[in-house]
Amino acid sequence: MSEEKHHIVPYRVYIIILVALVALTFASIGITKIELGAYSVAGALIFACIKSFLVLTYFMHLKYDKKYIRVMVAFVFALFVVVLVFTFLDYLYR
Amino acid sequence: MENTANNDHVHYDAEASKIGMWLFIFTELLLFGGLFLIYSVYRFMNPEAFHLAAEELNTSIGALNTVLLLISSMTIAMSTTTLQLKKKGATLGLLAITIIIGIVFLVNKYFEWGVKFDHGIWPGSEHLLNDFSQGEILFFGLYFVMTGLHALHIIIGLAIIVAAIVRIQKGTVHENRAALLENAGLYWHLVDLIWIFLFPLFYLIT
Repeated sequence: MSEEKHHIVPYRVYIIILVALVALTFASIGITKIELGAYSVAGALIFACIKSFLVLTYFMHLKYDKKYIRVMVAFVFALFVVVLVFTFLDYLYR
Repeated sequence: MENTANNDHVHYDAEASKIGMWLFIFTELLLFGGLFLIYSVYRFMNPEAFHLAAEELNTSIGALNTVLLLISSMTIAMSTTTLQLKKKGATLGLLAITIIIGIVFLVNKYFEWGVKFDHGIWPGSEHLLNDFSQGEILFFGLYFVMTGLHALHIIIGLAIIVAAIVRIQKGTVHENRAALLENAGLYWHLVDLIWIFLFPLFYLIT
């Protein structure tokens, strides 16, 4: 194998990420059980964002890919956030 | 590698297929993004009804399915490593596990939807339209559309993994031509990614 672009990810990395993802899942269930009112939604969503970051970075190999793919993915998520913010600016202040 | 010599006439560009897959994933993200947008506006307008309707959903089944999808994501990610290490048997085994977990996910979904149907709750059912508030009808509409569309993606993902298994067995997908398996993996992780957001938004409403 002379090509360097094929980075072989060790199994250990995947197992660690899986453990972290499952732990975050139960943490998000736990946080919604506590009475935090509106903050429990925010808490569960923050856990979901951390989980999706881990999936994108390690399972979807963004960490090992060329940087421009990461930039494109970040752009799509940013686009979604912009649309979300503008929609709520409309609903909150109309 | 020598064994690629007889395939030289077949055009292969791993990076191009990866970009193509990512561009397709972007359209999928924005498709579900639109649905999440609708969800957030309706939930903002009907917070009480969404809270009430979500009590119908079983958090345990949702959590079980979340963990199952996360495990299957790991097994398919591992299969890309085993393929590069030229462990064909392990690759096929990991993909078989991924498929089994995907099917178990669908079976859970079948029972979960079955319980709703037994309670007379399905899109446009008389019980739903007559006895529920507008907000609850919206919640269940979004629930069925979003988890249904997600389940459809699971089925498509399973079909792509089967295609990858067949091609690995035939030897046309191997450590130097892994794009099909890697793209199958990307698609499966996308399905996982969407579920990561569906789970808290539908099952964890307090």
